[in-house]
Amino acid sequence: MKRVYVNEKWCLGCHLCEYYCAFANSGKSSMVKALRDHKIAPRIKIEERNNISFAVSCRHCEDPLCVKGCISGALTIESGAVHIDSDKCVGCYTCILSCPYGALSAGDTGAIQKCELCQKNSHGQPMCVEGCPNKAIVYEER
Amino acid sequence: MAIDFLYPEYEVVRNMDRCISCRACERQCANEVHKYDPDFGYMTADESKCVNCHRCVSLCPTRALKIVKTDHTFKENANWTGKAISEVYRQAGTGGVLLSSMGNPEPFPIYWDKILINASQVTNPSIDPLREPMETKTFLGKKPGHIERDENGHIVPNMTPQLELNVPIMFSAMSYGSISYNAHASLARAAVELGTYYNTGEGGLHEDFYQYGPHTIVQVASGRFGVHKDYLEAGAAIEIKMGQGAKPGIGGHLPGLKVGPDISKTRMIPEGTDAISPAPHHDIYSIEDLRQLVFSLKEATEYKKPVMVKIAAVHNVAAIASGVARSGADVICIDGYRGGTGAAPTRIRDNVGIPIELALAAVDQRLRDEGIRDQVSVVVGGSIRNSADLLKAIALGADACYIATSALLALGCHLCRTCQSGKCNWGIATQRPELVKRLNPDIGSQRLVNLVTAWDHELKEMMGGMGINSIEALRGNRLMLRGLGLNEKELEILGIKHAGE
Amino acid sequence: MNYVIIGNGTAAVGVIEGIRVVDKTSPITVISSEPYPVYGRPLISYLLLGKTTEEKMVQYRPASFYEDNGVTAMLGKTVSQIDSAAKTVALESGETVPYDKLCVCTGSRPFVPPMNGLDEVANKTSFMTLDDAKHLDTMLGDANDKRVLIVGAGLIGLKCAEGIYQRVSEVTVIDLAPRILPNVLTEKPASIIQKHIESKGVKFLLADSVEQFTADSATLKSGKTVGFDILVVAVGVRPNTELAAEAGCAVNRGILINDHSATTVADIYAAGDCTVSHDIAAETDRILAILPNAYMQGETAGMNMAGGDRGFNKAIPMNASGFMGLHMITAGSYEGEEYLTEEDGNYKLLVTKDDHLKGFILIGEVDRAGIYTSLIREQVPLSSIDFDLIREKPQLMAFSRAERAKQLGGAH
Repeated sequence: MKRVYVNEKWCLGCHLCEYYCAFANSGKSSMVKALRDHKIAPRIKIEERNNISFAVSCRHCEDPLCVKGCISGALTIESGAVHIDSDKCVGCYTCILSCPYGALSAGDTGAIQKCELCQKNSHGQPMCVEGCPNKAIVYEER
Repeated sequence: MAIDFLYPEYEVVRNMDRCISCRACERQCANEVHKYDPDFGYMTADESKCVNCHRCVSLCPTRALKIVKTDHTFKENANWTGKAISEVYRQAGTGGVLLSSMGNPEPFPIYWDKILINASQVTNPSIDPLREPMETKTFLGKKPGHIERDENGHIVPNMTPQLELNVPIMFSAMSYGSISYNAHASLARAAVELGTYYNTGEGGLHEDFYQYGPHTIVQVASGRFGVHKDYLEAGAAIEIKMGQGAKPGIGGHLPGLKVGPDISKTRMIPEGTDAISPAPHHDIYSIEDLRQLVFSLKEATEYKKPVMVKIAAVHNVAAIASGVARSGADVICIDGYRGGTGAAPTRIRDNVGIPIELALAAVDQRLRDEGIRDQVSVVVGGSIRNSADLLKAIALGADACYIATSALLALGCHLCRTCQSGKCNWGIATQRPELVKRLNPDIGSQRLVNLVTAWDHELKEMMGGMGINSIEALRGNRLMLRGLGLNEKELEILGIKHAGE
Repeated sequence: MNYVIIGNGTAAVGVIEGIRVVDKTSPITVISSEPYPVYGRPLISYLLLGKTTEEKMVQYRPASFYEDNGVTAMLGKTVSQIDSAAKTVALESGETVPYDKLCVCTGSRPFVPPMNGLDEVANKTSFMTLDDAKHLDTMLGDANDKRVLIVGAGLIGLKCAEGIYQRVSEVTVIDLAPRILPNVLTEKPASIIQKHIESKGVKFLLADSVEQFTADSATLKSGKTVGFDILVVAVGVRPNTELAAEAGCAVNRGILINDHSATTVADIYAAGDCTVSHDIAAETDRILAILPNAYMQGETAGMNMAGGDRGFNKAIPMNASGFMGLHMITAGSYEGEEYLTEEDGNYKLLVTKDDHLKGFILIGEVDRAGIYTSLIREQVPLSSIDFDLIREKPQLMAFSRAERAKQLGGAH
């Protein structure tokens, strides 16, 4: 299955992936409309310190602890990708407790949000990857 | 605070209707132009620090930025231009030599743009390169003047070492130090993929790049930095650098600040020391001296590698080239006055040397006149900007071209001409790790391959149009060129007729 | 192969999904006293709170789950006996179901200690099942006028309080322990949560217990009297071990299983709240009645029942909970060296021992807590990471570059 992979060697800490993510999941038609005067809550997040930086988003584990521990069945695996049904999610944060990568976060609505590889938004392909200027994030089979 | 005589050259124009304050501009500007102001809640800019490198413009996800030349002006004066005045202010302030980088930007004539290419009509067929073979492969090196046979009449090979180029384009010398590790990696990998060569410059060869040796030209320059037996043996050819088009007659200077552990090891000099390449080679004061070095290097590599000699295009370049050809060099490389540099005194860059077009024509003619054109290949550089320049150069007599500025542009360079600051925002002319990583060689090498492949396609198209199907038939074929708006003397030197003739 | 599962909770789902990883075809039978398709038990408080509905709750797995997995669901049927020699289970209804491999996922039941006068109380319930929640919902009605007394300030009692506090005139929680969440939290964090819950109008009576109930009031040891309209008993739970014990399985507080979820009787497995787990953080055997653990044990059982070879030895106590907007995540045990940070209303306690993270308590800021959990679960030597960075916040930056490359560059 194709996944998003991160190579910190090439990460510039520009944070553009976060903005492209926020845009892709905003449902808006342009980035300006989606993000101007907004504080973003992206599903991919940069960790940075000194000159090291890298993006972290859902690894779409083959054996996902978040899915197994989900109390509501809101987290599911569809064709290998881990998806969230925010309607079912009650915001208990058991997935936050479980994920070894810290890849799930609280969304604005009380439900959890996470990377769904842009499969559920209008973009269709991970937009963080498209927005990365240095191929530090790639979408490929490994 | 002293009076600041200098007004910023550029203005940062930010379209606030589009800016989303993502701060990519701020994070990507090593000159610290952009800043998010939390009190205002929006981005601000200090344009006095801007070098107009377009990194921020290119990365802005909403295209909210552009950089424009300031319209702040001095009182109009055709002689004392704003630039001339500002340079006086700058030197009056610092007492220093003005430094610049990349090639001569002054509005001197560009002969390439005054030369036109021929095409077939009616009486001779043009060739469609998509349907018929078209050869742009070429070989550099001395060509034998006669065929040798043994007593049985079999041919005895008497070919001296050659460089095989799949395309008549090589990447010219840029040292590791002047450009980054990742820039070098990009050039090396592209050279391998394209079946051509890149050149180490005088910075030695990083141990990681020995694997690309068969596509590497190793340079020996006046500082002899990084030269040792393994280095010489690693390359496909050795280039002796006598001069550089951007700064003929002077040496080089890599500030100690850029000499980190890796560069120190590669150049074989102590960490943090200035790397100073002397103006002349102190063992070469004559063609005879040059011949000694040429043969020393051949001896050291058992006559298995071509030796190239690179000179800057200066006034009597034809005579010098003749001498170089007689020194035993296999290839003469001529660098025109628009050739780039990582740092040169501005006055020298902008006033010394001659155009490569004239130098090439003169050298080719002189070598032919003397009957020694076959003894050497001629490679030219110093602003080959596109495939038309390339074709014209070959028709004027070049065997192949060197490109460097074009290659750096492919890697992201925006010709801001501030390489000397060491803060290249594109990760090219810098040694700062956080900037170097901005150039991912996976991307860089691909862009170089794309560029050269595109030029090769165009070259074939144009050759086909002329009814020519191989580089060999194009080389020195000045009948295929016509001048436009050139005077008699210029046409005479170029060896071409005026358009309409 | 004929698989039978007793119980229809999360562990049972784990068993079904575990079996189907290995064996796609053999029949599976699920027998459960509850009439509902599987639902996430912890959801019952969210049901009262209005964050979910019964319809959504029973979609813990899709409606076609049983059919898709070739499962015969015998719901509303209670198992009366396991005959491990004949390899059959007998139902109260008189039917007998044969099995080749059996998994006991019987869970637990509310523990109701003897309390004087409890029988006098008409409006009372436990808080464990969907039926309990529905019962409580009915008793609460729509008038927001009821006074509710909850006995037990553990997770169940407090989640119940959260579920109903906006729908009542008064909630009082009483517990014998001197602090709330005595099994989950230490003193200080318990008091933070308590204050927060109190700020929402819930009253606590701690270090106290009921001496005597009447129909609508409780007289406490301290002499106080609390009036109520509805009583919720949430003192604790007891594992349902009887069936397994009678079948010959070794049982102490819970059913004993190995890391393959096998009991001591051949072809009988067990998973979930009815079992004893090995807690690798505290290095003790204990009952870990938590949902993710139930799933993991169930899945392990399922895979092994179907002929696979899967071990699960990473059980630790852990909990993610929120009370009226204040989030809390805890895991592991709290014996060892303590590293405490309290700022901006957030509480963070890390506990280490012998170069390992053993436990943590986060209140307020709980972002990326799973990185901490993983350090405990995977028993990562702290000397192999930058502990100062980990103390600052959960971050992958604390790992070596090589480890990170593995984590972010590979499939897991």
